[in-house]
Amino acid sequence: MMTYILRRIAYSIPILIGVNIITFVLFFVVNTPDDMARMQLGAKHVSEAAINKWKEERGYDKPILWNSEAQATEKITDTIFFQNSVKLFLFDFGSSDSGRDISYDISQRMWPSLSITVPSLILGLIAYITFGLILAFFRSSYIDVTGVILCVAMMSISGLFYIIGGQYLIGKVLHLVPISGYDVGFNAIKFTILPILIGLVGGIGASTRWYRTIFLEEMGKDYVRTAKAKGLSEVIVLYKHVLSNGLIPILTGVVVILPSLFIGSLIVESFFAIPGLGSYTIDAISAQDFAIVRSMVFLGSVLYIIGLILTDISYTLVDPRVRLN
Amino acid sequence: MPVIFITDAFIFLLVFMVLAFVLYARKHEHLSAPWKDVARRPIAMSAAIFLAVYVVIGLIDSLHFHPKLEDTKSDKTIYSTEILSVLDIVLNDLRQNTERTYSAPLASYAFAKEMIELPDGKQTRDYPRLKYGGAHLDDPESEGSSDIAKRLVSGLISGLLISLMLIFSVIFQLKKKPEEPFKVTLQKCIKDELDIPWYAIFITLTFITLVICCVYSLAQHYHVFGTDKVGQDVLYQSLKSIRTGLVIGTLTTLVMLPFAIMMGLMAGYFRGWIDDVIQYLYTTLNSIPSVLLIAASILLLQVYISNHEADFTSLEQRADLRLLFLCIILGITSWTGLCRLLRAETLKLREVDYVQAAQAFGVGNITIMLRHLLPNVMHIVMISIVLDFSGLVLAEAVLSYINIGVDPSMYSWGNMINSARLEIARDPVVWWSLAAAFIFMFILVLAANLFSDAVRDAFDPRLRGDI
Repeated sequence: MMTYILRRIAYSIPILIGVNIITFVLFFVVNTPDDMARMQLGAKHVSEAAINKWKEERGYDKPILWNSEAQATEKITDTIFFQNSVKLFLFDFGSSDSGRDISYDISQRMWPSLSITVPSLILGLIAYITFGLILAFFRSSYIDVTGVILCVAMMSISGLFYIIGGQYLIGKVLHLVPISGYDVGFNAIKFTILPILIGLVGGIGASTRWYRTIFLEEMGKDYVRTAKAKGLSEVIVLYKHVLSNGLIPILTGVVVILPSLFIGSLIVESFFAIPGLGSYTIDAISAQDFAIVRSMVFLGSVLYIIGLILTDISYTLVDPRVRLN
Repeated sequence: MPVIFITDAFIFLLVFMVLAFVLYARKHEHLSAPWKDVARRPIAMSAAIFLAVYVVIGLIDSLHFHPKLEDTKSDKTIYSTEILSVLDIVLNDLRQNTERTYSAPLASYAFAKEMIELPDGKQTRDYPRLKYGGAHLDDPESEGSSDIAKRLVSGLISGLLISLMLIFSVIFQLKKKPEEPFKVTLQKCIKDELDIPWYAIFITLTFITLVICCVYSLAQHYHVFGTDKVGQDVLYQSLKSIRTGLVIGTLTTLVMLPFAIMMGLMAGYFRGWIDDVIQYLYTTLNSIPSVLLIAASILLLQVYISNHEADFTSLEQRADLRLLFLCIILGITSWTGLCRLLRAETLKLREVDYVQAAQAFGVGNITIMLRHLLPNVMHIVMISIVLDFSGLVLAEAVLSYINIGVDPSMYSWGNMINSARLEIARDPVVWWSLAAAFIFMFILVLAANLFSDAVRDAFDPRLRGDI
């Protein structure tokens, strides 16, 4: 087990290097720092001196890969690639193009993101599994048919409409909770209700349908027939056997996204003005702050890879038939 | 003078490929069988009709040209710099009848009060009459609703007539023998005794023609979905957005398809280090959060465009390049799923007898992949094309909202939602842009979802849900 995990971590290093190279190529080779400077400084006829100053402040004036003017090891270390990309491996994100410390920002903004994503995930799992079980229990009846039709219809509505509709209905017409914003400590709860609720409703269609399929698939298996033949009631079969076996694919689907919960949801956060990492990224995109976008790309990939490793481990924990080697 | 955008070229390539496939599949039973299975499902056929209407509108909107300028003194014909599509000509009234600012659906008065000068020189603050909406009425307050009702009824009647004509002409085509009485064929259709569920198609057709005729008869004197901030007709915007949605949904898959198929087959067939490299490639791409990759790439495209402004002759061309680029980026982030499926299937297939036999006979690797493996994984490709479509249409709206979608100057549902979403805070609410985008998107995505379910069931019965 331990060796397997170590090997998986070792495997993930080349992948992270790949991610790093891709982002580096995207941000520094396809578009040179000169282009970025011009974009940031706005004006079309910006002076050469201003560009150089901008580049110097951010350390973008160094050679890209090989610094032939420097001494010994500095030939490699005193370059844009080393200063801006290799340091990401040490989770040293440096400072953003507007001069803020990215690591500090991330550690601050992570919590609001988590306060939305974690409750959404837990409540969502409970709700969707319940709905999926109900539909599977009443399979091929009118309840099931209407349920599936509703699911397909809800899947076909863009998430934006759920957000806009929810904000309008609950925030503006009913005045139950604030439309958007955030506060510190426990005061934040009233701001998180609406995004969590909307996230929940928006996911019902696709998730319920998927869980229903999983449960139905389990119900067609031999052990279910045996259990029924033993004389167990439908409800017990469903809860004791189908649910616990159906949880395997569900669990692994959930474990993969666990680490990404830190990043939060870009869309939800920016709609509800929650100061999490999602809105941080969106703000960086619209302010064209390349340093932040680059750090977030790297952080996102790291978390995704951690999620993959966790998935494999969770497989062995819930399903003894799976052996890692 | 025709203009061909890059996406137009791709669209026509796609149409050509579909036609070629249809012609080829008609002669090959095993290729057409699953599609015939799809055609036997009433829901799938209804959805297909809706999709067909969208596709026709999208195709008409893809024929671009520079219009001729009329009053020229010299003999040479001069073309306008403006680029129009054939759809613009069809919807000429909608396009040109712009009001000053917001107006509600079917309204005759503007949305906000303004200072109006009365004929006797005095000024008063009231809702001004619209320039085009309900302009033919003398007194909209008393005549308005009856006029709308009259137009609706005439729309319904003409819609019924047209759909009846359509249905009868279809039934005449359906007759097996010329001497078969009309009544018999009609009965067969209603009782669903023919191969294809014609009754479902007829109901859908009637519904669509009724809606189109009603909207048409109203749209001549009203703004059916109101107007937006700059006074443009929202119905026109929604119709123009259809092309954008379809382009995103189809071209993305088309762009990534050759890549995904080639990589998937190679990884599964050669195994060894080629497999390792390809797996490494897609795990790496997959581990970058797709929204961020798209954002980064669009950001870079913006930098490129702003530095190379001279290369683009028109605003439309720039928007088109951005659309194509978005398709490519979306393709790069979404090819990995298909590639993984194809690799797994190829791993299984390469051990099958006929592939082993071909290898034993010394058939070349490329020939084996093209002749023996590719046709046997095509069902996976088909399923993934139709399944991806609806997700991509929805993704466009979300991406446009965070400004990393299509160009803001381009008509798209995402841009409509984006510009309308702030107006929800107004009192009274400006809801019609959102409603129009919602209806148009919902119909397209729902039809695509239902159709793709049927296609998946027909091509891969193992995946079938219980409905």
